[in-house]
Amino acid sequence: MCGIAGLIHRGKSSNVGSELQGMLQALKHRGEDSTGYALYGDTDGKNFIMRFKVGENVGEGSSSVMEDVSVYDERKKVVDQTLAEMGAKVVKEERTLPYSLRYEIDYNTKDLLDFSQRIESIPGVEILSMGKSLEVIKDLGNAKMVCDRYSLDKVVGTHAIGHARMATESGVDIKSAHPFWGYPFSDVSVVHNGQLTNYWNNRRVLENKGMRFMSECDSELIAVYLAEKMRDGATLEEGMKESLTGLDGVFTYFVATKDSLGMAKDTMAAKPLVLYESDDLVAMGSEEIAIRSVLPQEIDTYDPFDGEVKVWQI
Amino acid sequence: MANLKTVSKKSKAQSMGMHTEVLTGRTQQKFFNPDEAENFYYFGTYDVDFNKRTDLDVKDMTAAEANKEIDNLMSHGYGTIVIKNPQGKHSLGVGILNKLNLIFEGSLGYFGIGSCDGPIVRINGRVGWSCAENLMAGKVVIEKNAGSCFGAAIRGGDLICKGSVGARTGIDMKGGTIIIGGDAGAFTGFMMQRGRIIILGDVGINLGDSMYDGTIFVGGEIGSYGSDAVDAELTASDQDWLKRKLKVAEIGENFDVSKMKKIVAGKKLWNYDNLEPTEKKGAI
Repeated sequence: MCGIAGLIHRGKSSNVGSELQGMLQALKHRGEDSTGYALYGDTDGKNFIMRFKVGENVGEGSSSVMEDVSVYDERKKVVDQTLAEMGAKVVKEERTLPYSLRYEIDYNTKDLLDFSQRIESIPGVEILSMGKSLEVIKDLGNAKMVCDRYSLDKVVGTHAIGHARMATESGVDIKSAHPFWGYPFSDVSVVHNGQLTNYWNNRRVLENKGMRFMSECDSELIAVYLAEKMRDGATLEEGMKESLTGLDGVFTYFVATKDSLGMAKDTMAAKPLVLYESDDLVAMGSEEIAIRSVLPQEIDTYDPFDGEVKVWQI
Repeated sequence: MANLKTVSKKSKAQSMGMHTEVLTGRTQQKFFNPDEAENFYYFGTYDVDFNKRTDLDVKDMTAAEANKEIDNLMSHGYGTIVIKNPQGKHSLGVGILNKLNLIFEGSLGYFGIGSCDGPIVRINGRVGWSCAENLMAGKVVIEKNAGSCFGAAIRGGDLICKGSVGARTGIDMKGGTIIIGGDAGAFTGFMMQRGRIIILGDVGINLGDSMYDGTIFVGGEIGSYGSDAVDAELTASDQDWLKRKLKVAEIGENFDVSKMKKIVAGKKLWNYDNLEPTEKKGAI
């Protein structure tokens, strides 16, 4: 089933980590195999923030194979070495969990493709997000568990999207969890509720064009699809509108960039979405109770119609 | 097959596959037989007084607790219940088989007012997906917008949304009337089998797709017609009925119904007999 939620504050920052946690926790009955956050925090914008993993969570319910922690240490060493070779200086390093790391990197480039390819050529290493504001945090369990594990409740920023997952199309693991980074574009992330039926056809075409897939989760296709459109010069909104016909199946998805948040709904309107919009806040989710967790007072909400695409700026 | 010219009415009906079943349920009042009055009741219904009114704050209740408390209040004779702080909770006000004035001061989540028969419900807010699913009788008024699958599979009653509704409104409906003050999404009236839908605003793609029977009236633009949905002539009696319904629905009383479009089933997909079993017997 899965649930998605997102919010964007316009003209101000807020405690988006805590707010999104409340929204996703309200949707936990839609799936708690894994939960993911894409948080756009307040930063000085100088350094890249890279969230990456060197292994999988092999806890209860995981479909991943257990590895020794020493393997994670080895992979981290290779990542450090590769970064040094590329001239990327690690300014700050956090290792929240043995398999999950956050680096602040002083690196001057506009092309993250080569950078990402070199890091991800290291076996077992996957970049979860790369950007100057975006941080993707995803792990097994419900929203509160993930939030507590990564101390996300104090994150202040302008906007965020998240996903509560019931695994149906692929494994219970971090690599199949949402949000997906819009590789190799800085600060682009996607969450999706639904099922794409032309995943393999699209994947073959996109891989032939040089795009990269890390999982076998159909939702990853949306991130890759939009990234390819933007690579070819389309705006985010143009790419989203094209996706209504390019992607087959049922879907509601959110996509976020450094300064915007968008939603798209398939032409059959088969997946739910409730939306609240005011001058200073847009909040949306698979169910109204998600919005109620941040706006308990009586508010006007509505369901976007079939084939609708909307984008808001901060 | 038996000789239909010589056998009794009962045998004739049975030979044609129409059994002499006894219909139950208050929505079948058209066929009510006074001799069988004792069969026409629901177990667990209550005598309530509409002038006996109370408030119920459900802020800290689960849906199950809230619904149980509504039942408890009815059992104590309360005929008017005002629900405070519903806050988008799912499945509130379901399974009410009683006469009752039920007022929600706020919005409902999914599956609100499901499987009800008899209550008059007013929601001073919005409703999520599948509101009033399987409604048998009564009246439900939503002051704001509604989600998808609004009035799915209703069999009777009046279901009114003063705002706009999502996709698949009236999917599989088998009776009753759905009235929308605003716009409606894609696949409105999808596979409807009987009943009427009135939309004062615009409607999305695939209107009345694969409908068996029933009628849809649209005041605004139509995105596209679904399979086997066709235009029909809007008659004077249609217009009279529309005026009456819109007045009762407290919505669009001054709307110019003469410009509405009427959509019915082309009956190329389905060979559907829309008569009730009892009506079939009368037709023989």
